[in-house]
Amino acid sequence: MTTAVATPATIPREHSPGRRALARLARRRGAMIALGVVVFFVVLALLAPFVAPYDPLATSWSAVRKAPTAAHWFGTDEIGRDVASRVVWGTRASLLAGVVSVSIALAFGVPIGLAAGYLGGWVDALISRMTDAMLACPFLILAIALAAFLGPSLTNAMIAIGISATPVFVRLTRAQVLHVKVEDYVEAARAVGNSHLRIALRHILPNIVPPLIVQATLAIAAAVIAEAALSFLGLGQQPPAPSWGSMLNTAKNYIDNAPWMAVWPGVSIFLLVLSFNLLGDGLRDAFDPKSR
Amino acid sequence: MLNYLIQRLATIVPTLFFVSILIFGLQQLLPGDPAMILAGEERDPTVIAHLHQKLHLDEPLPIRYLYWAGGVLKGDLGESVRIQKPVLELIVEKLPVTLELALLAILIAVTIGVTAGIVSAVAKNTVWDYAANVFALWGLSTPNFWLGIMLILLFSVTLGWLPASGYVSPFVDLKANLAAMIMPAFVLGNAIAAVLMRHTRSAMLQVLSSDYVRTARAKGLDERVVVLKHALRNALTPVITLGALEFGTLLSGAVLTEQVFTIPGFGKLIIDAVFNRDYLVVQGVVLCTATAYITLNLLADLAYFLVNPRLRDRHA
Repeated sequence: MTTAVATPATIPREHSPGRRALARLARRRGAMIALGVVVFFVVLALLAPFVAPYDPLATSWSAVRKAPTAAHWFGTDEIGRDVASRVVWGTRASLLAGVVSVSIALAFGVPIGLAAGYLGGWVDALISRMTDAMLACPFLILAIALAAFLGPSLTNAMIAIGISATPVFVRLTRAQVLHVKVEDYVEAARAVGNSHLRIALRHILPNIVPPLIVQATLAIAAAVIAEAALSFLGLGQQPPAPSWGSMLNTAKNYIDNAPWMAVWPGVSIFLLVLSFNLLGDGLRDAFDPKSR
Repeated sequence: MLNYLIQRLATIVPTLFFVSILIFGLQQLLPGDPAMILAGEERDPTVIAHLHQKLHLDEPLPIRYLYWAGGVLKGDLGESVRIQKPVLELIVEKLPVTLELALLAILIAVTIGVTAGIVSAVAKNTVWDYAANVFALWGLSTPNFWLGIMLILLFSVTLGWLPASGYVSPFVDLKANLAAMIMPAFVLGNAIAAVLMRHTRSAMLQVLSSDYVRTARAKGLDERVVVLKHALRNALTPVITLGALEFGTLLSGAVLTEQVFTIPGFGKLIIDAVFNRDYLVVQGVVLCTATAYITLNLLADLAYFLVNPRLRDRHA
């Protein structure tokens, strides 16, 4: 009688769930192109001083509302500023708003949701009702109200968007914690005498990260649109600093004789938001292949 | 039904309480004396004294909240400093314009979104399915204020077919009203159509794989009857309830759309109030939208309860 003995060569290498998800993501062409576009915008934002052909604030009265030419690829605006340079510098405001406001939402939403889901009882009931109250106020209307009371500026717009986006993360984290906290490994951690804080931070939190990453990616897309919307309404980045939203606000007044002023900031918002949406969808499919 | 209604109302009361605290709290974000800021740029001492008395600003915060909430319960949302009119009256005045815009937008969204969702589910993994998914992604990623500007460029500036801005009441001139509202309604409906398309597709795919649809097909029924009569009717229930949650998107979108097309509605009211520092109007608008959202959610839940026998049996 022979006994089959598994040799190290025949045992398939075990990869972590994170690495398997990344491998699945790498096979999704749409998500990878989207990632490439996001990286392109990040590089553009970081290298804006070197990439932009002109100073985004420099006016030229001899080049007012000039159509695109070899000297000004995207044309010039109502006071002769180079639209291409302003689009390049505007990438900073949009990406900054997206990343900072989602970081604010994560910084508040995850600990609060963790407390609600893990502690349960009256803490959960209180947090859930407060979250419901915030979700009852439409995202942009709440952001407009907050930006109005805080005062118009890019910083306040980011705070307003961050606060408005927080309840979604509270609800998502709470739901994930409720799902994970009944798992055997959490019971085991509790049985060996770990403190509540350690169980929450070391055993539960790492296991709810994937859905948070997916939601954060999609939330950046929503935050980029929200920042552009607030700047379009005059409540975000203040002139003359460049921002895609405020550029569109000015452009709408010159749509009949300088349409190029409106095209490129809009195309940039669309491309960046589309890329974050595609990347978010790709990450969701990669982390949870059953959802496809 | 009554038990379910009581249960739902029990969760709504604390939510409304927190909404009121949140909105009352907005005023506390103002730096310095709120009366000075609420009085506007003129800073008339009489107005400031009146506001101090009216808003009970010399009282402790919890007492001020009680006075404010008491007023709200009686329909007193304060008075616009700029227009010298009760906030509620201003909101009621502007609401019909936004409601017309919203209804047209929903009509467009349902026509495009539900149709695209059905086609996408029936023709899964075909070019139609991919096209519908691309449309959904496009709808979700296009900022509606930019889409509005681009449509003005095409239909008003280049082709000269539609007016770029303005509003005419349907009771004055219906044709001019529709010409002015069709572009803003499409802009507003576009994003919601994308969401409805995704919900319809996923609900239809689930229903189309169920046993009763298979039985209907096995009986030899025409595929059109199976899809439109047997599958769609059941798939639409979750779509309608999930669609009700898009009310927030609709109102947020209306703020931007009304700004692009200069429509004198609810959205323009809040933006004008922000720039006129008419904070009581801002508070009033947020309170009304939140209350409307909660009420719509409740109605959607009740509608779902009424059409879903399993849920009815559970609460019987």
